[in-house]
Amino acid sequence: MERGTREYAQWSIVMLFVLAFALIPVLWIISVSLKEPATITEGTNFGNTFIPQDITFDNYTTLFEGGIDNSPFIKPLINSILIALISTTIAIVLAAFAAYAIARLNFPGKTLILAGALAIAMFPAISTVGPLFDMWRALGLYDTYPGLIIPYLTFALPLAIYTLVAFFREIPWDLEQAAQVDGATPFQAFRKVIVPLAAPGVFTAAILVFIFAWNDFLFAISLTSSDASRTVPAALAFFTGESQFTEPTGNIAAAAVIVTVPIIVFVLFFQRRIVAGLTAGAVKG
Amino acid sequence: MSVATGRLRRFGFNRRATTERGREERRLGWMLCAPAVIAMLLVTAYPIGYAIVLSLQDLDLRFPDEGGFAGLSNYGAVLTSDLWWQDLFNTGFVTVISVAIELTLGMAIALVMFRAIFGRGVIRTSVLIPYGIVTVVAAFAWQFAFLPDVGFVNKLPLIADDKAWFGDRFSAFAVIIMAEVWKTTPFMALLLLAGLTTIDAGLYEAAKVDGANAVQRFFRITLPLMKPAILVALLFRTLDAFRVFDTIFIMTRGAQDTESVSILGFNQLISRLNLGLGSAVSVIIFFCVLIIAFVFVRGFGVRMAEGRPGGS
Repeated sequence: MERGTREYAQWSIVMLFVLAFALIPVLWIISVSLKEPATITEGTNFGNTFIPQDITFDNYTTLFEGGIDNSPFIKPLINSILIALISTTIAIVLAAFAAYAIARLNFPGKTLILAGALAIAMFPAISTVGPLFDMWRALGLYDTYPGLIIPYLTFALPLAIYTLVAFFREIPWDLEQAAQVDGATPFQAFRKVIVPLAAPGVFTAAILVFIFAWNDFLFAISLTSSDASRTVPAALAFFTGESQFTEPTGNIAAAAVIVTVPIIVFVLFFQRRIVAGLTAGAVKG
Repeated sequence: MSVATGRLRRFGFNRRATTERGREERRLGWMLCAPAVIAMLLVTAYPIGYAIVLSLQDLDLRFPDEGGFAGLSNYGAVLTSDLWWQDLFNTGFVTVISVAIELTLGMAIALVMFRAIFGRGVIRTSVLIPYGIVTVVAAFAWQFAFLPDVGFVNKLPLIADDKAWFGDRFSAFAVIIMAEVWKTTPFMALLLLAGLTTIDAGLYEAAKVDGANAVQRFFRITLPLMKPAILVALLFRTLDAFRVFDTIFIMTRGAQDTESVSILGFNQLISRLNLGLGSAVSVIIFFCVLIIAFVFVRGFGVRMAEGRPGGS
Protein backbone atom coordinates (compact mmCIF):
# COMPACT_ATOMS: atom_id res chain seq x y z
CA MET A 1 0.00 0.00 0.00
CA GLU A 2 2.71 2.42 1.05
CA ARG A 3 4.70 1.48 -2.02
CA GLY A 4 1.73 2.33 -4.21
CA THR A 5 1.49 5.80 -2.73
CA ARG A 6 5.18 6.39 -3.24
CA GLU A 7 4.95 5.22 -6.82
CA TYR A 8 2.09 7.64 -7.42
CA ALA A 9 4.13 10.45 -5.91
CA GLN A 10 7.09 9.62 -8.15
CA TRP A 11 4.90 9.54 -11.23
CA SER A 12 3.34 12.83 -10.29
CA ILE A 13 6.79 14.43 -10.17
CA VAL A 14 7.77 12.95 -13.53
CA MET A 15 4.52 14.17 -15.04
CA LEU A 16 5.01 17.64 -13.60
CA PHE A 17 8.41 17.79 -15.27
CA VAL A 18 7.00 16.76 -18.64
CA LEU A 19 4.13 19.23 -18.29
CA ALA A 20 6.47 22.07 -17.34
CA PHE A 21 8.77 21.21 -20.24
CA ALA A 22 5.90 21.46 -22.70
CA LEU A 23 4.03 24.41 -21.22
CA ILE A 24 6.57 26.93 -19.90
CA PRO A 25 7.36 28.62 -23.25
CA VAL A 26 3.64 28.87 -24.04
CA LEU A 27 2.75 30.37 -20.67
CA TRP A 28 5.74 32.69 -20.99
CA ILE A 29 4.76 34.09 -24.39
CA ILE A 30 1.19 34.63 -23.11
CA SER A 31 2.64 36.44 -20.12
CA VAL A 32 4.79 38.73 -22.32
CA SER A 33 1.79 39.49 -24.51
CA LEU A 34 -0.24 40.68 -21.51
CA LYS A 35 2.40 43.04 -20.14
CA GLU A 36 2.24 46.81 -20.41
CA PRO A 37 4.74 47.57 -23.23
CA ALA A 38 6.65 49.96 -20.98
CA THR A 39 7.03 47.41 -18.19
CA ILE A 40 8.26 44.51 -20.32
CA THR A 41 11.86 45.04 -19.24
CA GLU A 42 11.11 45.93 -15.62
CA GLY A 43 10.99 42.52 -13.99
CA THR A 44 13.30 42.27 -10.98
CA ASN A 45 12.88 38.64 -9.97
CA PHE A 46 11.57 35.42 -11.48
CA GLY A 47 8.06 35.87 -10.12
CA ASN A 48 7.35 39.36 -11.35
CA THR A 49 9.05 38.64 -14.66
CA PHE A 50 7.16 35.46 -15.42
CA ILE A 51 3.81 36.73 -14.14
CA PRO A 52 2.59 40.05 -15.58
CA GLN A 53 1.99 42.59 -12.83
CA ASP A 54 -0.57 44.80 -14.62
CA ILE A 55 -2.49 42.91 -17.22
CA THR A 56 -3.30 44.84 -20.39
CA PHE A 57 -4.58 43.92 -23.82
CA ASP A 58 -2.83 46.89 -25.48
CA ASN A 59 -0.46 44.61 -27.36
CA TYR A 60 -3.45 42.91 -28.96
CA THR A 61 -5.48 46.00 -29.77
CA THR A 62 -2.52 47.81 -31.39
CA LEU A 63 -2.07 44.82 -33.71
CA PHE A 64 -5.47 45.47 -35.22
CA GLU A 65 -5.24 49.27 -35.32
CA GLY A 66 -5.56 50.82 -38.75
CA GLY A 67 -7.85 48.18 -40.17
CA ILE A 68 -6.90 45.86 -42.96
CA ASP A 69 -4.87 48.48 -44.85
CA ASN A 70 -2.58 49.72 -42.11
CA SER A 71 -2.52 46.97 -39.51
CA PRO A 72 0.71 44.99 -39.71
CA PHE A 73 -1.11 41.84 -38.72
CA ILE A 74 -4.62 41.53 -40.20
CA LYS A 75 -3.58 40.93 -43.81
CA PRO A 76 -0.86 38.40 -42.94
CA LEU A 77 -3.36 36.57 -40.72
CA ILE A 78 -5.85 36.36 -43.58
CA ASN A 79 -3.05 35.25 -45.93
CA SER A 80 -1.92 32.55 -43.50
CA ILE A 81 -5.42 31.16 -43.07
CA LEU A 82 -6.32 31.16 -46.77
CA ILE A 83 -2.96 29.85 -48.02
CA ALA A 84 -2.89 27.06 -45.44
CA LEU A 85 -6.51 26.09 -46.15
CA ILE A 86 -6.10 26.08 -49.94
CA SER A 87 -2.81 24.15 -49.78
CA THR A 88 -4.37 21.62 -47.43
CA THR A 89 -7.43 21.10 -49.63
CA ILE A 90 -5.45 20.57 -52.84
CA ALA A 91 -2.80 18.41 -51.16
CA ILE A 92 -5.43 16.18 -49.57
CA VAL A 93 -7.36 15.71 -52.83
CA LEU A 94 -4.20 14.82 -54.79
CA ALA A 95 -2.90 12.62 -51.97
CA ALA A 96 -6.24 10.84 -51.58
CA PHE A 97 -6.23 9.85 -55.28
CA ALA A 98 -2.66 8.56 -55.04
CA ALA A 99 -3.18 6.86 -51.67
CA TYR A 100 -6.32 5.10 -52.87
CA ALA A 101 -4.43 3.75 -55.88
CA ILE A 102 -1.46 2.68 -53.76
CA ALA A 103 -3.58 1.05 -51.07
CA ARG A 104 -6.05 -0.74 -53.34
CA LEU A 105 -4.77 -1.19 -56.87
CA ASN A 106 -2.04 -3.31 -58.30
CA PHE A 107 0.24 -1.46 -60.66
CA PRO A 108 3.95 -1.24 -61.28
CA GLY A 109 5.73 1.82 -59.95
CA LYS A 110 3.84 1.85 -56.65
CA THR A 111 6.93 1.34 -54.50
CA LEU A 112 8.81 3.86 -56.59
CA ILE A 113 6.18 6.50 -55.87
CA LEU A 114 6.32 5.79 -52.13
CA ALA A 115 10.14 5.89 -52.19
CA GLY A 116 10.09 9.12 -54.17
CA ALA A 117 7.66 10.68 -51.69
CA LEU A 118 9.96 9.64 -48.85
CA ALA A 119 12.92 11.22 -50.66
CA ILE A 120 10.99 14.48 -51.08
CA ALA A 121 10.21 14.49 -47.37
CA MET A 122 13.97 14.60 -46.79
CA PHE A 123 14.60 17.18 -49.49
CA PRO A 124 16.26 20.39 -48.23
CA ALA A 125 13.78 23.18 -48.96
CA ILE A 126 16.58 25.76 -49.28
CA SER A 127 17.77 23.96 -52.42
CA THR A 128 14.55 24.88 -54.22
CA VAL A 129 14.27 28.45 -52.93
CA GLY A 130 16.63 30.01 -55.49
CA PRO A 131 15.15 28.35 -58.58
CA LEU A 132 11.57 28.96 -57.39
CA PHE A 133 12.43 32.61 -56.69
CA ASP A 134 13.76 32.99 -60.25
CA MET A 135 10.94 31.00 -61.87
CA TRP A 136 8.18 32.72 -59.90
CA ARG A 137 9.46 36.16 -60.94
CA ALA A 138 9.47 35.09 -64.58
CA LEU A 139 5.99 33.55 -64.29
CA GLY A 140 4.48 36.37 -62.25
CA LEU A 141 3.95 34.09 -59.25
CA TYR A 142 6.36 35.94 -56.96
CA ASP A 143 4.54 37.45 -53.98
CA THR A 144 1.22 35.77 -54.85
CA TYR A 145 -0.89 33.10 -53.13
CA PRO A 146 -0.16 30.39 -55.75
CA GLY A 147 3.55 31.14 -55.33
CA LEU A 148 3.34 29.82 -51.77
CA ILE A 149 0.54 27.30 -52.23
CA ILE A 150 2.48 25.31 -54.85
CA PRO A 151 5.57 24.62 -52.72
CA TYR A 152 3.45 23.99 -49.61
CA LEU A 153 1.23 21.41 -51.21
CA THR A 154 4.21 19.70 -52.80
CA PHE A 155 6.23 19.41 -49.61
CA ALA A 156 3.09 18.33 -47.74
CA LEU A 157 2.20 15.61 -50.26
CA PRO A 158 4.59 12.93 -48.88
CA LEU A 159 3.20 13.41 -45.38
CA ALA A 160 -0.37 13.29 -46.69
CA ILE A 161 0.21 10.27 -48.94
CA TYR A 162 1.89 8.20 -46.22
CA THR A 163 -0.75 9.06 -43.66
CA LEU A 164 -3.62 8.28 -46.04
CA VAL A 165 -2.09 5.04 -47.36
CA ALA A 166 -1.71 3.82 -43.77
CA PHE A 167 -5.36 4.64 -43.03
CA PHE A 168 -6.74 3.35 -46.33
CA ARG A 169 -5.04 -0.01 -45.84
CA GLU A 170 -7.04 -0.43 -42.63
CA ILE A 171 -10.42 0.16 -44.27
CA PRO A 172 -12.46 -3.04 -44.69
CA TRP A 173 -13.27 -2.41 -48.34
CA ASP A 174 -15.38 -5.59 -48.46
CA LEU A 175 -18.12 -3.66 -46.69
CA GLU A 176 -18.66 -1.77 -49.92
CA GLN A 177 -19.59 -4.96 -51.72
CA ALA A 178 -21.64 -6.12 -48.75
CA ALA A 179 -23.71 -2.93 -48.94
CA GLN A 180 -24.24 -3.48 -52.65
CA VAL A 181 -25.35 -7.04 -52.06
CA ASP A 182 -27.86 -5.60 -49.59
CA GLY A 183 -29.25 -3.44 -52.38
CA ALA A 184 -27.29 -0.18 -52.17
CA THR A 185 -26.26 1.49 -55.41
CA PRO A 186 -22.50 1.83 -55.98
CA PHE A 187 -22.75 5.53 -55.11
CA GLN A 188 -24.75 4.84 -51.96
CA ALA A 189 -22.26 2.17 -50.95
CA PHE A 190 -19.44 4.66 -51.42
CA ARG A 191 -21.17 7.54 -49.65
CA LYS A 192 -22.71 5.65 -46.75
CA VAL A 193 -20.01 3.07 -46.12
CA ILE A 194 -16.63 4.10 -47.49
CA VAL A 195 -16.78 7.86 -46.88
CA PRO A 196 -17.56 7.51 -43.15
CA LEU A 197 -14.77 4.94 -42.82
CA ALA A 198 -12.23 7.06 -44.70
CA ALA A 199 -13.21 10.42 -43.20
CA PRO A 200 -11.17 10.15 -39.96
CA GLY A 201 -8.00 9.34 -41.91
CA VAL A 202 -8.58 12.16 -44.38
CA PHE A 203 -9.31 14.56 -41.55
CA THR A 204 -6.15 13.52 -39.70
CA ALA A 205 -4.01 13.99 -42.79
CA ALA A 206 -5.63 17.39 -43.30
CA ILE A 207 -4.70 18.49 -39.77
CA LEU A 208 -1.07 17.46 -40.28
CA VAL A 209 -0.84 19.22 -43.64
CA PHE A 210 -2.47 22.35 -42.23
CA ILE A 211 0.03 22.50 -39.35
CA PHE A 212 2.85 22.04 -41.86
CA ALA A 213 1.68 24.91 -44.11
CA TRP A 214 0.87 27.13 -41.12
CA ASN A 215 4.40 26.60 -39.78
CA ASP A 216 6.47 27.42 -42.86
CA PHE A 217 8.88 30.33 -42.67
CA LEU A 218 11.59 29.82 -45.31
CA PHE A 219 9.33 29.96 -48.37
CA ALA A 220 7.22 32.69 -46.77
CA ILE A 221 10.15 35.11 -46.44
CA SER A 222 11.81 34.09 -49.72
CA LEU A 223 8.88 34.12 -52.12
CA THR A 224 6.96 37.15 -50.84
CA SER A 225 7.82 40.82 -50.60
CA SER A 226 4.72 42.50 -49.22
CA ASP A 227 1.51 41.99 -47.30
CA ALA A 228 -0.07 40.84 -50.57
CA SER A 229 0.87 37.28 -49.68
CA ARG A 230 3.16 37.41 -46.64
CA THR A 231 2.04 34.97 -43.95
CA VAL A 232 2.17 35.52 -40.19
CA PRO A 233 5.52 33.79 -39.45
CA ALA A 234 7.21 35.98 -42.08
CA ALA A 235 5.34 39.12 -40.97
CA LEU A 236 6.47 38.52 -37.36
CA ALA A 237 10.10 38.69 -38.47
CA PHE A 238 9.45 42.10 -40.04
CA PHE A 239 7.44 43.69 -37.22
CA THR A 240 8.70 47.09 -36.21
CA GLY A 241 8.20 49.00 -32.98
CA GLU A 242 6.20 52.20 -32.55
CA SER A 243 9.39 54.17 -33.04
CA GLN A 244 12.82 53.03 -34.06
CA PHE A 245 13.86 52.95 -30.41
CA THR A 246 11.13 50.63 -29.16
CA GLU A 247 11.24 46.91 -29.63
CA PRO A 248 8.00 45.31 -30.87
CA THR A 249 8.34 42.58 -28.23
CA GLY A 250 4.81 42.90 -26.88
CA ASN A 251 3.21 42.97 -30.33
CA ILE A 252 5.20 39.95 -31.48
CA ALA A 253 4.12 38.07 -28.37
CA ALA A 254 0.47 38.99 -28.89
CA ALA A 255 0.55 37.98 -32.56
CA ALA A 256 2.33 34.77 -31.58
CA VAL A 257 -0.42 33.96 -29.09
CA ILE A 258 -3.13 34.61 -31.68
CA VAL A 259 -1.61 32.18 -34.19
CA THR A 260 -0.76 29.63 -31.49
CA VAL A 261 -3.86 29.34 -29.34
CA PRO A 262 -6.22 28.09 -32.09
CA ILE A 263 -3.69 25.44 -33.10
CA ILE A 264 -3.22 24.33 -29.49
CA VAL A 265 -6.98 24.07 -28.97
CA PHE A 266 -7.18 22.09 -32.19
CA VAL A 267 -4.30 19.81 -31.22
CA LEU A 268 -5.77 19.18 -27.77
CA PHE A 269 -9.18 18.45 -29.22
CA PHE A 270 -7.92 16.03 -31.87
CA GLN A 271 -4.86 14.67 -30.06
CA ARG A 272 -5.81 11.02 -30.52
CA ARG A 273 -6.18 11.49 -34.26
CA ILE A 274 -2.92 13.41 -34.56
CA VAL A 275 -0.95 10.79 -32.67
CA ALA A 276 -2.50 8.08 -34.81
CA GLY A 277 -1.69 10.04 -37.95
CA LEU A 278 1.88 10.85 -36.97
CA THR A 279 2.70 7.27 -36.15
CA ALA A 280 0.46 5.45 -38.65
CA GLY A 281 2.59 3.06 -40.64
CA ALA A 282 5.70 4.35 -38.85
CA VAL A 283 6.50 0.94 -37.44
CA LYS A 284 5.33 -2.23 -39.04
CA GLY A 285 3.71 -4.09 -36.17
CA MET B 1 -14.50 -0.39 -62.40
CA SER B 2 -12.22 -0.40 -59.38
CA VAL B 3 -14.99 -2.08 -57.43
CA ALA B 4 -15.13 -4.85 -59.99
CA THR B 5 -11.39 -5.41 -60.09
CA GLY B 6 -11.19 -5.25 -56.32
CA ARG B 7 -13.87 -7.90 -55.98
CA LEU B 8 -12.24 -10.13 -58.55
CA ARG B 9 -8.90 -9.87 -56.79
CA ARG B 10 -10.44 -10.76 -53.50
CA PHE B 11 -11.94 -13.85 -55.02
CA GLY B 12 -8.53 -14.90 -56.26
CA PHE B 13 -9.17 -14.03 -59.85
CA ASN B 14 -6.24 -11.70 -59.97
CA ARG B 15 -3.67 -14.17 -61.25
CA ARG B 16 -5.92 -15.36 -63.99
CA ALA B 17 -7.43 -11.96 -64.73
CA THR B 18 -7.32 -11.08 -68.36
CA THR B 19 -4.49 -8.82 -69.42
CA GLU B 20 -7.16 -6.33 -70.44
CA ARG B 21 -8.35 -6.02 -66.86
CA GLY B 22 -4.83 -5.87 -65.48
CA ARG B 23 -3.99 -3.17 -67.94
CA GLU B 24 -7.05 -1.21 -66.92
CA GLU B 25 -6.14 -1.41 -63.26
CA ARG B 26 -2.61 -0.33 -64.06
CA ARG B 27 -3.87 2.60 -66.10
CA LEU B 28 -6.22 3.71 -63.32
CA GLY B 29 -3.41 3.43 -60.76
CA TRP B 30 -1.14 5.61 -62.82
CA MET B 31 -3.89 8.11 -63.56
CA LEU B 32 -4.71 8.50 -59.88
CA CYS B 33 -1.07 8.94 -58.92
CA ALA B 34 -0.12 11.23 -61.79
CA PRO B 35 -1.26 14.58 -60.33
CA ALA B 36 0.60 14.02 -57.05
CA VAL B 37 3.72 12.75 -58.80
CA ILE B 38 3.76 15.67 -61.25
CA ALA B 39 3.29 18.18 -58.43
CA MET B 40 6.15 16.63 -56.46
CA LEU B 41 8.51 16.55 -59.42
CA LEU B 42 7.60 20.09 -60.47
CA VAL B 43 8.69 21.61 -57.19
CA THR B 44 11.68 19.38 -56.38
CA ALA B 45 13.25 17.58 -59.32
CA TYR B 46 12.83 20.43 -61.80
CA PRO B 47 14.11 23.16 -59.44
CA ILE B 48 17.13 21.14 -58.35
CA GLY B 49 18.01 20.68 -62.02
CA TYR B 50 17.45 24.39 -62.56
CA ALA B 51 19.59 25.16 -59.50
CA ILE B 52 22.45 23.21 -61.08
CA VAL B 53 22.07 25.30 -64.26
CA LEU B 54 22.00 28.54 -62.25
CA SER B 55 25.00 27.49 -60.19
CA LEU B 56 27.12 27.24 -63.33
CA GLN B 57 26.46 30.87 -64.20
CA ASP B 58 27.78 34.18 -63.03
CA LEU B 59 24.32 35.47 -62.18
CA ASP B 60 23.95 38.43 -59.85
CA LEU B 61 20.59 40.18 -60.12
CA ARG B 62 22.11 43.43 -58.84
CA PHE B 63 24.30 43.46 -61.95
CA PRO B 64 22.01 41.93 -64.57
CA ASP B 65 24.17 42.98 -67.51
CA GLU B 66 27.22 41.10 -66.40
CA GLY B 67 27.36 37.37 -66.25
CA GLY B 68 27.39 34.35 -68.46
CA PHE B 69 28.69 30.83 -68.13
CA ALA B 70 31.02 30.52 -65.18
CA GLY B 71 31.79 26.82 -65.12
CA LEU B 72 32.52 25.49 -61.65
CA SER B 73 33.88 28.79 -60.35
CA ASN B 74 30.88 29.32 -58.02
CA TYR B 75 31.53 25.93 -56.44
CA GLY B 76 35.20 26.85 -56.10
CA ALA B 77 34.26 30.13 -54.45
CA VAL B 78 31.96 28.38 -51.95
CA LEU B 79 34.24 25.48 -51.12
CA THR B 80 37.32 27.69 -50.60
CA SER B 81 35.53 30.22 -48.39
CA ASP B 82 35.99 30.01 -44.64
CA LEU B 83 32.38 31.06 -44.20
CA TRP B 84 31.02 27.90 -45.86
CA TRP B 85 33.13 25.58 -43.69
CA GLN B 86 32.30 27.51 -40.55
CA ASP B 87 28.58 27.37 -41.37
CA LEU B 88 28.85 23.67 -42.15
CA PHE B 89 30.49 23.14 -38.78
CA ASN B 90 27.75 25.20 -37.07
CA THR B 91 25.02 23.21 -38.81
CA GLY B 92 26.67 19.90 -37.97
CA PHE B 93 27.21 20.98 -34.39
CA VAL B 94 23.58 22.03 -33.86
CA THR B 95 22.37 18.88 -35.66
CA VAL B 96 24.45 16.37 -33.69
CA ILE B 97 23.87 17.93 -30.26
CA SER B 98 20.16 18.55 -30.72
CA VAL B 99 19.45 15.12 -32.22
CA ALA B 100 21.42 13.41 -29.44
CA ILE B 101 19.45 15.27 -26.76
CA GLU B 102 16.16 14.67 -28.59
CA LEU B 103 16.82 10.93 -28.78
CA THR B 104 17.64 10.66 -25.07
CA LEU B 105 14.82 12.90 -23.94
CA GLY B 106 12.40 11.43 -26.49
CA MET B 107 13.17 7.93 -25.25
CA ALA B 108 12.63 9.04 -21.65
CA ILE B 109 9.29 10.64 -22.49
CA ALA B 110 8.27 7.60 -24.58
CA LEU B 111 9.04 5.31 -21.62
CA VAL B 112 7.10 7.61 -19.29
CA MET B 113 4.10 7.54 -21.64
CA PHE B 114 4.40 3.78 -22.06
CA ARG B 115 4.68 2.98 -18.37
CA ALA B 116 2.41 5.71 -17.07
CA ILE B 117 0.30 4.35 -14.24
CA PHE B 118 -2.04 7.31 -14.62
CA GLY B 119 -2.37 10.47 -16.65
CA ARG B 120 -1.08 9.07 -19.92
CA GLY B 121 -3.53 11.27 -21.82
CA VAL B 122 -2.34 14.40 -20.02
CA ILE B 123 1.28 13.72 -20.98
CA ARG B 124 0.45 12.86 -24.55
CA THR B 125 -1.60 16.02 -24.86
CA SER B 126 1.10 18.22 -23.40
CA VAL B 127 3.91 16.86 -25.57
CA LEU B 128 1.80 17.56 -28.65
CA ILE B 129 1.76 21.28 -27.85
CA PRO B 130 5.33 21.94 -29.03
CA TYR B 131 4.56 19.99 -32.21
CA GLY B 132 1.62 22.27 -33.00
CA ILE B 133 3.42 25.54 -32.36
CA VAL B 134 4.90 27.52 -35.23
CA THR B 135 8.71 27.25 -35.13
CA VAL B 136 9.07 31.02 -35.44
CA VAL B 137 6.79 31.52 -32.44
CA ALA B 138 8.75 29.01 -30.38
CA ALA B 139 11.98 30.77 -31.39
CA PHE B 140 10.61 34.14 -30.25
CA ALA B 141 9.35 32.65 -26.97
CA TRP B 142 12.76 31.21 -26.14
CA GLN B 143 14.56 34.32 -27.35
CA PHE B 144 12.46 36.55 -25.10
CA ALA B 145 13.00 34.14 -22.22
CA PHE B 146 16.79 34.45 -22.53
CA LEU B 147 17.04 38.20 -23.25
CA PRO B 148 18.71 39.83 -20.23
CA ASP B 149 16.19 42.67 -19.88
CA VAL B 150 12.97 40.95 -20.98
CA GLY B 151 13.49 37.36 -20.01
CA PHE B 152 13.04 35.29 -16.86
CA VAL B 153 16.02 32.98 -17.30
CA ASN B 154 18.58 35.43 -15.94
CA LYS B 155 16.38 35.96 -12.90
CA LEU B 156 16.75 32.30 -11.97
CA PRO B 157 19.18 31.44 -9.18
CA LEU B 158 22.78 30.63 -10.18
CA ILE B 159 22.50 32.58 -13.46
CA ALA B 160 24.12 36.00 -13.74
CA ASP B 161 21.53 38.77 -14.15
CA ASP B 162 23.41 40.34 -17.04
CA LYS B 163 24.38 37.17 -18.93
CA ALA B 164 24.09 38.09 -22.64
CA TRP B 165 23.15 34.73 -24.12
CA PHE B 166 23.14 35.96 -27.69
CA GLY B 167 26.40 37.85 -27.35
CA ASP B 168 28.56 34.76 -27.41
CA ARG B 169 28.70 32.00 -30.00
CA PHE B 170 28.27 28.92 -27.84
CA SER B 171 25.79 30.36 -25.38
CA ALA B 172 23.73 31.42 -28.42
CA PHE B 173 24.00 27.85 -29.71
CA ALA B 174 22.82 26.57 -26.33
CA VAL B 175 19.60 28.61 -26.65
CA ILE B 176 19.15 27.66 -30.31
CA ILE B 177 19.58 23.96 -29.52
CA MET B 178 17.20 24.25 -26.57
CA ALA B 179 14.48 25.73 -28.81
CA GLU B 180 15.04 23.04 -31.46
CA VAL B 181 14.94 20.26 -28.86
CA TRP B 182 11.78 21.63 -27.29
CA LYS B 183 10.01 21.83 -30.63
CA THR B 184 10.91 18.44 -32.05
CA THR B 185 11.31 16.05 -29.11
CA PRO B 186 7.57 15.29 -29.02
CA PHE B 187 7.65 13.88 -32.53
CA MET B 188 10.64 11.73 -31.61
CA ALA B 189 8.87 10.55 -28.45
CA LEU B 190 5.73 9.59 -30.38
CA LEU B 191 7.71 7.62 -32.97
CA LEU B 192 9.64 5.81 -30.24
CA LEU B 193 6.44 5.13 -28.29
CA ALA B 194 4.97 3.52 -31.41
CA GLY B 195 8.08 1.31 -31.54
CA LEU B 196 7.83 0.45 -27.84
CA THR B 197 4.25 -0.74 -28.11
CA THR B 198 5.21 -3.35 -30.69
CA ILE B 199 7.56 -5.15 -28.29
CA ASP B 200 6.12 -8.39 -26.94
CA ALA B 201 5.43 -7.91 -23.22
CA GLY B 202 6.16 -11.60 -22.67
CA LEU B 203 9.83 -10.94 -23.32
CA TYR B 204 10.00 -8.67 -20.28
CA GLU B 205 8.22 -11.22 -18.12
CA ALA B 206 10.64 -13.91 -19.22
CA ALA B 207 13.61 -11.63 -18.54
CA LYS B 208 12.24 -10.80 -15.10
CA VAL B 209 11.88 -14.49 -14.28
CA ASP B 210 15.48 -14.94 -15.37
CA GLY B 211 16.48 -12.21 -12.94
CA ALA B 212 17.24 -9.31 -15.29
CA ASN B 213 16.88 -5.91 -13.68
CA ALA B 214 15.23 -2.88 -15.30
CA VAL B 215 18.48 -1.51 -16.73
CA GLN B 216 19.39 -4.89 -18.24
CA ARG B 217 15.90 -5.26 -19.68
CA PHE B 218 16.18 -1.83 -21.29
CA PHE B 219 19.59 -2.46 -22.86
CA ARG B 220 19.10 -6.14 -23.74
CA ILE B 221 15.48 -6.12 -24.92
CA THR B 222 14.10 -2.65 -25.56
CA LEU B 223 17.05 -1.09 -27.37
CA PRO B 224 17.91 -3.98 -29.72
CA LEU B 225 14.29 -4.54 -30.69
CA MET B 226 13.73 -0.85 -31.26
CA LYS B 227 16.90 -0.36 -33.28
CA PRO B 228 15.13 -0.12 -36.67
CA ALA B 229 12.58 2.38 -35.35
CA ILE B 230 15.31 4.40 -33.62
CA LEU B 231 17.50 4.55 -36.74
CA VAL B 232 14.67 5.70 -38.97
CA ALA B 233 13.65 8.36 -36.45
CA LEU B 234 17.31 9.43 -36.20
CA LEU B 235 17.71 9.70 -39.96
CA PHE B 236 14.62 11.83 -40.34
CA ARG B 237 15.45 14.09 -37.43
CA THR B 238 19.08 14.45 -38.57
CA LEU B 239 18.06 15.57 -42.03
CA ASP B 240 15.41 17.83 -40.56
CA ALA B 241 17.87 19.37 -38.09
CA PHE B 242 20.44 19.84 -40.86
CA ARG B 243 17.97 22.20 -42.56
CA VAL B 244 17.82 24.39 -39.43
CA PHE B 245 16.80 27.89 -40.49
CA ASP B 246 13.81 29.40 -38.67
CA THR B 247 15.18 29.30 -35.13
CA ILE B 248 18.60 30.74 -36.02
CA PHE B 249 17.10 33.38 -38.30
CA ILE B 250 14.82 34.66 -35.54
CA MET B 251 17.32 34.44 -32.68
CA THR B 252 20.57 35.74 -34.17
CA ARG B 253 20.19 36.01 -37.96
CA GLY B 254 23.56 34.30 -38.01
CA ALA B 255 25.33 36.89 -35.83
CA GLN B 256 28.16 35.78 -33.49
CA ASP B 257 29.15 33.17 -36.08
CA THR B 258 26.00 31.13 -35.53
CA GLU B 259 25.02 31.03 -39.22
CA SER B 260 23.76 27.70 -40.62
CA VAL B 261 24.22 26.56 -44.22
CA SER B 262 20.53 27.21 -44.96
CA ILE B 263 20.94 30.81 -43.77
CA LEU B 264 24.05 31.18 -45.91
CA GLY B 265 22.07 29.98 -48.94
CA PHE B 266 19.21 32.35 -48.10
CA ASN B 267 21.57 35.32 -47.67
CA GLN B 268 23.22 34.72 -51.03
CA LEU B 269 19.98 34.01 -52.92
CA ILE B 270 17.42 36.35 -51.44
CA SER B 271 19.31 39.06 -49.56
CA ARG B 272 22.19 39.53 -52.02
CA LEU B 273 20.31 38.27 -55.10
CA ASN B 274 23.42 36.38 -56.20
CA LEU B 275 21.60 33.49 -57.82
CA GLY B 276 24.76 31.86 -59.20
CA LEU B 277 26.65 31.67 -55.93
CA GLY B 278 23.51 30.99 -53.91
CA SER B 279 22.51 28.13 -56.19
CA ALA B 280 25.96 26.59 -55.78
CA VAL B 281 25.38 26.66 -52.00
CA SER B 282 21.93 25.09 -52.51
CA VAL B 283 23.31 22.29 -54.66
CA ILE B 284 26.11 21.54 -52.18
CA ILE B 285 23.53 21.41 -49.35
CA PHE B 286 21.49 19.00 -51.45
CA PHE B 287 24.54 16.74 -51.82
CA CYS B 288 25.26 16.95 -48.09
CA VAL B 289 21.73 15.65 -47.46
CA LEU B 290 22.29 12.83 -49.97
CA ILE B 291 25.54 11.89 -48.22
CA ILE B 292 23.88 11.85 -44.78
CA ALA B 293 21.05 9.65 -46.10
CA PHE B 294 23.57 7.37 -47.82
CA VAL B 295 25.63 6.99 -44.64
CA PHE B 296 22.53 6.07 -42.65
CA VAL B 297 21.26 3.58 -45.22
CA ARG B 298 24.59 1.94 -46.02
CA GLY B 299 26.49 2.50 -42.77
CA PHE B 300 23.76 1.78 -40.25
CA GLY B 301 21.55 -0.35 -42.45
CA VAL B 302 18.45 1.80 -42.03
CA ARG B 303 15.54 0.11 -43.70
CA MET B 304 13.87 3.02 -45.41
CA ALA B 305 10.70 1.04 -45.95
CA GLU B 306 10.05 1.40 -42.22
CA GLY B 307 10.20 5.14 -42.34
CA ARG B 308 7.59 7.71 -43.02
CA PRO B 309 7.65 11.46 -43.40
CA GLY B 310 7.36 13.53 -40.27
CA GLY B 311 5.54 16.76 -39.92
CA SER B 312 7.99 19.28 -38.64
